[in-house]
Amino acid sequence: MVLQSSLKNCLQLSCILRTPKAGFRSTTSGSLIIQSISNDVYQNLAVEDWIHDHMNLENRQVLYLWRNSPAVVIGRHQNPWQECNLRLMRQKNIKLARRRSGGGTVYHDLGNINLTFFTTRKKYERMENLKLVVKALKALRPQLDVHVTDRYDILLDRQYKISGTAAKLGRTTAYHHCTLLCNADKFVLSSVLKSPYKGLKSNATPSVPASVKNLFEEDPSLTCTMLLDAIAEEYATQHQIDHHITLINPADETVLPGINNKTKELQTWEWVYGKTPKFSVSTCFNMVHKDSVLDVKVDMDVKHGRIEVCNIDLPEQWLPPALCSELVKSLTGSKFCPNETTTLATTLLRVCPQDDELHSRWNLLCENMIMLM
Amino acid sequence: VCIHRLRSCSSIRFIKSKYVCVFDKSALKFSHQQRLFRTSAVSCGQIVQFKLSDIGEGITEVTVKEWYIKEGDSVSQFDSICEVQSDKASVTITSRYDGIIRKLHYNLDEIAYVGKPLVDIEIDASKGVAPEEDVVETPPMSHEEHTHQEIKGHKTLATPAVRRLAMENNIKLSEVVGTGKDNRILKEDILNYLAKQTGAILPPSPKAEIVPPLPKSETVPAAPKDKARKIPVPVSRPIAFSGKDKTEPITGFHKAMVKTMSAALKIPHFGYCDEIDLTQLVQLREELKPLAQTRGVNLSFMPFFIKAASLGLLQYPILNASLDESCQNVTYKASHNIGVAMDTEQGLIVPNVKNVQVCSVFEIASELNRLQSLGSAGQLGTNDLTGGTFTLSNIGTIGGTYAKPVILPPEVAIGALGKIQVLPRFNRKGEVFKAQIMNVSWSADHRIIDGATMARFSNLWKSYLENPASMLLDLK
Repeated sequence: MVLQSSLKNCLQLSCILRTPKAGFRSTTSGSLIIQSISNDVYQNLAVEDWIHDHMNLENRQVLYLWRNSPAVVIGRHQNPWQECNLRLMRQKNIKLARRRSGGGTVYHDLGNINLTFFTTRKKYERMENLKLVVKALKALRPQLDVHVTDRYDILLDRQYKISGTAAKLGRTTAYHHCTLLCNADKFVLSSVLKSPYKGLKSNATPSVPASVKNLFEEDPSLTCTMLLDAIAEEYATQHQIDHHITLINPADETVLPGINNKTKELQTWEWVYGKTPKFSVSTCFNMVHKDSVLDVKVDMDVKHGRIEVCNIDLPEQWLPPALCSELVKSLTGSKFCPNETTTLATTLLRVCPQDDELHSRWNLLCENMIMLM
Repeated sequence: VCIHRLRSCSSIRFIKSKYVCVFDKSALKFSHQQRLFRTSAVSCGQIVQFKLSDIGEGITEVTVKEWYIKEGDSVSQFDSICEVQSDKASVTITSRYDGIIRKLHYNLDEIAYVGKPLVDIEIDASKGVAPEEDVVETPPMSHEEHTHQEIKGHKTLATPAVRRLAMENNIKLSEVVGTGKDNRILKEDILNYLAKQTGAILPPSPKAEIVPPLPKSETVPAAPKDKARKIPVPVSRPIAFSGKDKTEPITGFHKAMVKTMSAALKIPHFGYCDEIDLTQLVQLREELKPLAQTRGVNLSFMPFFIKAASLGLLQYPILNASLDESCQNVTYKASHNIGVAMDTEQGLIVPNVKNVQVCSVFEIASELNRLQSLGSAGQLGTNDLTGGTFTLSNIGTIGGTYAKPVILPPEVAIGALGKIQVLPRFNRKGEVFKAQIMNVSWSADHRIIDGATMARFSNLWKSYLENPASMLLDLK
């Protein structure tokens, strides 16, 4: 059943793309509600890009519904080292994505729903969209105390943030997307959104931390599906269209030509990390080696995710100065990335004098450097 | 004198003379000063102040977050100029004009104001194409602003930049297939048309609008594709290849590899190759694979190769040694830390299995699994990547038979394993049978290892693998 409906709706989507001004006789001359069948954050973000770049929104608006498996999504101009615990995310296999809209960092999992409102740039209006969401929630559960703040957040019980907003404006189209916490893992959320990295200085957009709550905690009968449905219903009513959700597959090139390239681009290191605005790291750490404790001071400038300038202050002669400068020289220009630094450091070790003591000191220093990334 | 020149230029242009009125005096003065600085380079170009257009929602100021262009760059209409941010909204500002960027009014992270100049663009007025009016508050262009060309009764949609490109190349817009919205002709369409004529290969344009295939059952009104399907008249043009060389600095890991490989090539290498009949081993692995699977381990051929190498190293420990820098001393390493070359996104990394001499084949397989999953996740630690004493490179998984591997200092030997092929061979009775053949290519440091030693080690390793049961005799 799902297959048939998605086939029919795939055709609708392709028609919508090639809308010549005159003579278009499809029934869906109005707005559209689509939902992604994928839980991959990169694929789902790519769909947003695709609609933004390719769809003609002169005569219609689109509501896009999506959910992701565990991922942290940072805003366009943010610094992931400042915003989240990258180390923990790597251990727990939680993905990191950078979206194209502005705003702050959010944690997504299947207990969170994402809504994207596509319009022309002229009709860009975030308040209206959020009021629609609140109306839908109240229609579903009238006793819910939810309202929109002037910072475009939705608060529950006047206290807890259940939704955050961000937007992207292009030449002719715009989109406003927001999250909605239904039943997300708050424990993981708070642990991954806390950065352990010290000494970072940057002009990247900082996130504003807030207390969050799941709608599920307020009313355990609520599920994501119910919320999606309620919001789709309200959207359909307000846009005078059928309450009908078109499913789309973000990997389908025939419906969304060029989508896989967009997905790939969103996953590149250059986009996720390389787009971080210039920042500096100025920190120190203690190393315990045999019976002594050593103070090490590190200063680095990172631009486009790569180390532009690197300075390591070690106690004199702890490592041969030639070796130290070799490390600094190799780090300069390399990615601010633990994997890159590990492979770099271990490769360099091959051309060092083969001395166990030297090797253990080198490894100790490199492991501490890697902890900064 | 300069101002006078400016005025005379404007009188030559034949479109929209009210354009000049839009300039206020300060802008004129500004461009006057610009001209004083500039040398002879460009002819009479107009400096237009491109103002930041309305963002919506009553927003008056934004922060400039990223510049996509710099002063001196040439831009086309609709090229992205910069990214600004305001209150959780990220806005891409695109150029309204073709021209050259002459000034950026803001630095990164500065506040920019709606309605105030964002960049100055020098428009090439001599080409006779006027830019759009210098509008301030209206949102970006709608269809009506694009110039239409009425040819043979058909309206062809194309922007002024595209029209100019067509004109320069003597192309009739009516003969070009438009692939943009509403069958608008895009720059890419002109380039494709040109390519078809000259047979030139043009680099793909990243900004092309993509039109999906028409669904069969729908009858969308026929696009004017038909009229453009005439056979173009061949025009002789020089083949244009606009690809450019790209130079990047070598950084990070690659810099380290340059150092390592330069050191490696100082080692006098000699090679020794052989062919191994793995028919029996293939059978053995088939039998053992499900057993290993029940214990949660994926059993490949590598654990056998590694263990056999370690058994060989027990007999020929010189291959597990290290020569010091001055070539005065040889250190025979006690541990057999056998490295396995892995191909990752970064390039070649060589994690090693520690102390193979005391590990069972199963333990080696288990450790390999761990290293492989860490390697593909990019999470190998320094301990896994250092301390290797001997290396095996399984290049056969990608392809190839014989290789000439490079020794990884401070080691003295390395083996490259080709792919396993099914080939006909003769057995002892002189009959042809199907054999599973793999080639091995060894390289060793000729300063301390001689050909005979390498050959004997290789023969021993080969005998263990060709007759796996013999490994049982020597397993500790």
